[in-house]
Amino acid sequence: MSTVLFDTPGPLARARHRILTLIAAVAALVVLGLVIWKLALEGEFEAALWEDLAQPNIWRAIWNGLVATALAAVVGIILSIGFGALMAVARLSDHAAVRFPARVVVEFFRAVPLLLLIVFVFFATGLGAYWSVVIALMLYNGSVLAEVFRAGVQAVPRGQSEAALAVGMRKNQIMRLVLLPQAVTIMLPAIISQCVIVLKDVALGLIVSYRELVAEAQGIAEFVNHAIVPLSIVAVIFIVVNYSISKAAVYVERRLAQRGHSSVQKPRT
Amino acid sequence: MDTLIQEFEQVRRGFTLTLWLLLFSGVLATVLGTILASFRVSPIASLRAIGTSYVNVFRNTPLVLVLALAISVIPTLGFSDLGFSIGIRGFTHFFTVAMLGLSLYTAAFVCEALRSGVNSVAAGQAEAARSVGMNFTQSLRLVVLPQAFAAVIPPLASIFIALTKNTSVVAIFGVPEAGFVMRKLSNQYTSDLWPIFIGIAFGYVAIVAVISTIASLLERRLAVAR
Repeated sequence: MSTVLFDTPGPLARARHRILTLIAAVAALVVLGLVIWKLALEGEFEAALWEDLAQPNIWRAIWNGLVATALAAVVGIILSIGFGALMAVARLSDHAAVRFPARVVVEFFRAVPLLLLIVFVFFATGLGAYWSVVIALMLYNGSVLAEVFRAGVQAVPRGQSEAALAVGMRKNQIMRLVLLPQAVTIMLPAIISQCVIVLKDVALGLIVSYRELVAEAQGIAEFVNHAIVPLSIVAVIFIVVNYSISKAAVYVERRLAQRGHSSVQKPRT
Repeated sequence: MDTLIQEFEQVRRGFTLTLWLLLFSGVLATVLGTILASFRVSPIASLRAIGTSYVNVFRNTPLVLVLALAISVIPTLGFSDLGFSIGIRGFTHFFTVAMLGLSLYTAAFVCEALRSGVNSVAAGQAEAARSVGMNFTQSLRLVVLPQAFAAVIPPLASIFIALTKNTSVVAIFGVPEAGFVMRKLSNQYTSDLWPIFIGIAFGYVAIVAVISTIASLLERRLAVAR
């Protein structure tokens, strides 16, 4: 393996790397072990705690939190895609009167912390915690996605819209039937990665007491009087789910990169 | 509008704390992220594994959860008072813990940006440097790093912008930065909701604008002709 930083190692370097690998692995395990040992000394893993955690209502609470997180995330991402597509189209408009306000909206919502948005929507609309989270997610992630879609539309080869124009399509037909479908496909990996961000951001609903997964974990932590184990369980759930989604994004990206190489034949010259 | 003027002192103090958080965690995340990135591109397998697991753990956990864990783990490990002061400015234990949590979280993103920056430099560049007789330090200092830095500035800038916005998350745990002040004022003066929101939001917009201006200036200075 020759990279920009080092040459392909020879036998001597490989032996040295093996020894260093061992040393680094042992050092990492020792540090991790010391942390766990100290936490155990402080009684964070004592038997009584596990008995408390084995109660069914604990797992019901985690399940409820999971459902609440998923519900806000799914609705949030669907609304964001709609809002993002709308804003992307507005930003690509031929009319400055449409382009400029859309630009202001997108730039503003991208620069404002999501937490502030949630608090604002909560107090301004009085729609309750769930809708504050969902609407704020829509405004923020929709603005992020608007930029993604815009880049996607601009990445569609010019010939596509010219061909559509040549067969007599109107501007909105070109956007709706030709450009957006292709842009969304090009940008599918980025949209899937955005799902990870949305899923994590639902946890900000804590500020308006939305009972999602992290809030449930904190409730459990109070109930069993120990925070580290319940929070870690929820962290593991998040890591597994988000890691799978990221892997799915990579898979889709690879599939899309392959597409066109096998099925579409290049014109002969 | 009157509320913002009347409570200006609180808002100012909130943003001062936001900027301190940004400064400390920005520096710490960059240092930690650089170390992790060097792990991820090193020839030593276990260091690569450490870097990869760190990134996967911290990138996939919500920041709120990272902060909540930091708040309970750090005192349990025996660090129950991490407050410190610089000159006459004192920082509370909660500030330090929140700052550490933010740094740990952001370091994972910094690491990924730096790694892709190093990987974006073509292997032929270093091979060419070696073949004209440069040693490891020379090829790194004169050929690889300048190109990697130029490639890394835009993603690093978006990470610092994200960090700016993420500092508001510590409001959930009661650190009185700008986001916390906004929630407090919104609760207190419900009739003045719009000016409070717009006013504080523009504080963040200003910080973000400064970061992106610096980034685009640097990008232009460091642009490498390829």
